[in-house]
Amino acid sequence: MAKVIMTADDSASVRQMVSFTLKQGGYDVVEAVDGKDALQKLSTTKVDMLITDLNMPNLDGIGLIKGARALASCKFIPIVMLTTESQDGRKQEGKAAGATGWIVKPFKPEQLMAVVKKVLG
Amino acid sequence: MIDVHRQAFKEEAYELLAELESSLLELEETPEDMDLISRVFRAMHTIKGSGSMFGFDDVARFTHEVETIFDLVRNGKLAVSKRLINLTLDARDLIKSMLDAADGEPVDPSAGSGIVASLRELSGQVVQAPAEEAKPAKEEGAPFPAAKHATYRIRFIPAREIFSAGVNPLNLLAELKTLGTCNVIAHTAGFPQLYELEAESCYVYWDVILTTDQGENAIRDVFIFVEDDCEIRIERIAEHDKFQEGEANEYKKLGEILLERGDITLEEMQQVLSQQQRFGTLAVARGVVSQTKVISALVEQKQVKDVRAEKQQAEAASSIRVPAERLDLLVNLVGELVTVQARLSQTASVRGDADLTAIAEEVERLTAELRDSALGIRMLPIGSTFSKFKRLVRDLSAELGKEIEMTTEGAETELDKTVIERLNDPLVHLIRNSIDHGIELPELRVACGKPRHGTVHLAAVHSGASVLITIADDGAGLDQEAIRAKAVERGLIAPNAEVSQKELFGLIMAPGFSTAKKVSSVSGRGVGMDVVKKAIELLRGSIEIDSVRGKGTTMTVRIPLTLAIIESLLVRIGADAFILPLALVDECVELTREDVAGAHGRNLVRVRERLVPYIPLRERFEIKGERPEIEQVVITEVNGQRVGFVVDQVVGEHQTVIKSLGRAYRGVQGISGATILGDGAVALILDLPQLVLAAEAEEP
Repeated sequence: MAKVIMTADDSASVRQMVSFTLKQGGYDVVEAVDGKDALQKLSTTKVDMLITDLNMPNLDGIGLIKGARALASCKFIPIVMLTTESQDGRKQEGKAAGATGWIVKPFKPEQLMAVVKKVLG
Repeated sequence: MIDVHRQAFKEEAYELLAELESSLLELEETPEDMDLISRVFRAMHTIKGSGSMFGFDDVARFTHEVETIFDLVRNGKLAVSKRLINLTLDARDLIKSMLDAADGEPVDPSAGSGIVASLRELSGQVVQAPAEEAKPAKEEGAPFPAAKHATYRIRFIPAREIFSAGVNPLNLLAELKTLGTCNVIAHTAGFPQLYELEAESCYVYWDVILTTDQGENAIRDVFIFVEDDCEIRIERIAEHDKFQEGEANEYKKLGEILLERGDITLEEMQQVLSQQQRFGTLAVARGVVSQTKVISALVEQKQVKDVRAEKQQAEAASSIRVPAERLDLLVNLVGELVTVQARLSQTASVRGDADLTAIAEEVERLTAELRDSALGIRMLPIGSTFSKFKRLVRDLSAELGKEIEMTTEGAETELDKTVIERLNDPLVHLIRNSIDHGIELPELRVACGKPRHGTVHLAAVHSGASVLITIADDGAGLDQEAIRAKAVERGLIAPNAEVSQKELFGLIMAPGFSTAKKVSSVSGRGVGMDVVKKAIELLRGSIEIDSVRGKGTTMTVRIPLTLAIIESLLVRIGADAFILPLALVDECVELTREDVAGAHGRNLVRVRERLVPYIPLRERFEIKGERPEIEQVVITEVNGQRVGFVVDQVVGEHQTVIKSLGRAYRGVQGISGATILGDGAVALILDLPQLVLAAEAEEP
């Protein structure tokens, strides 16, 4: 059975690109438009990995990571955040919140896939 | 170096484009074949991906657009249509010209926008152009020096709480394995008693011995997300680029390895060593080091030794690209060898020395094998040429409003590379002819009770030392009366001449002959079948036409497998030796003085109750000396007719390595080349079709 990856991003185009790339790589994708939406879906859907943007309305990425780690089903799953280079401080913040790794924007589909493979095996 | 990569990419891209084209054409026939759609997509994808890698940014950008559309198709969001195929074929052509122009002037950037706009319109959605080209992650510092093939010792001690960061250390180990030869040793001594064990903590750590040519940075990259919280030690312990004789079995002693790793101290090592037993056993026994640490060190020792041993065996690549000139050189040398071998065999048989004869026979066998495999290297399947024709048929039939399907057979048939290349133009012309003159318009076909679709069948098959290529259409066939009328008009035959059907068809290959009612863009451009015939004869091939009015026309091209060596018949006239291509020879008969006298001055010989014209080569070449009592007539079949060539003596079959005559003699009529005989003498290779033509021209 294909592994399920959630992509949480308020930008439709990024979400579309991530989702498209992952599907092409053989994964099932759950999309969430912000942190709140993501947490809600995580409580009902079991996912194998979470890819989240940091700047999002309602609940931002850091909040989402903390919230997800508090869920039993997400305690040990890989969580990867999408950051921009200027956000090095937030990268540390994210790690402290429980993120596994990060992808620096802009990125190419193959870079995304490389990171997914890396953390998901 | 970059140029080499760019060149490699271009070659790859051209191959992909060729594949793309044939896939698209097939897709047109079976528009729902997911496999084909994927193939189209894959080709685009690779061109795009590699293109951006090697600086073909315009190619990558444009290809991306087309690829995007095929993504829709692949995901079932867009159906394959004729228009889509046409646009994609146009796109394919544009990509090709972009590649062609990549080294010279840039292609007009607007050229692709029309195609892109049409594709987008077709897909019914505006595909968002990427706001900015994704920039590769910033490289740090100067480019790394080329990484060397080396063995590394990696100790990876994860943080206790690594699991709660979502990290699975096994994934990292698996990733390391992708870098090269890898041995992993787990150290489990840190496990606590069960009652103290916390299931969410990581107690284990690993030693990894990795042999890779990716460099230390590639190893560090594996640990990029965990390097802050974990202990990672990477040491280069051996390099394998400079291999020294005898090195394979020499590597650090176990004690040294443990010492280097800091697993034991110098004193501990010396203490153990003083016992004069196997170090590992003693060290463990004395409790200075754990068993797994010793095993880990032993694994390292073994791996380095193994890699070094492997290095001794040269790496055999499964396939290599070799410049064509080198192959030509090889074939040339083999040709020389065949000649020398013939001399050896001849000398051996003259000497009558059994030992020498045995050696000569062995050399003969080996030379024959060497010749066959050397010629075999130059052989390519003709299929690549066939698929090019598919496109031709498609485009031309569309242009002419005809419905034509091309079928092929024997695409795997192999021919010399040069022959395939030189066959391209003549075959294109023949196929154009079939489409233009042969196949009728759909309405006419239906009126004649034929299917609307015309068929052009292209087939290749081996036949002895030749390959037969046939182009058969189910069109109107040749109009014998029209050909005859035209031939008379052109003065090619007399108005009341009796001409066989075969000869009549042969006339359409006479210079300046064309029966097309009007000049179309497809054929009838002035260059006619005579050019085709000439090109094929230059390849020492022949062409034959067979046609049934109303049923279709079949053109058969016979081409020798290779241009370098031919089977031939060696003959003598006086002291001179000549070579006739064996493929054309039917039989040999005697010609006596009585026969000559009985023919009343006409050059005709009776062979099994049929008269065959002959050409006396002695006269033809003005060779002085007396004609022998009994001469030999070599009966050949040239251009569909039996013609004899009179010689003094038939020596026998001969394997002829063809040497060109050099520029000064290129214009000589009737001679196509020369060869060197076993005794070192030179024999001329006769160009039989040309001799026949010349003789016919001289006839009153």
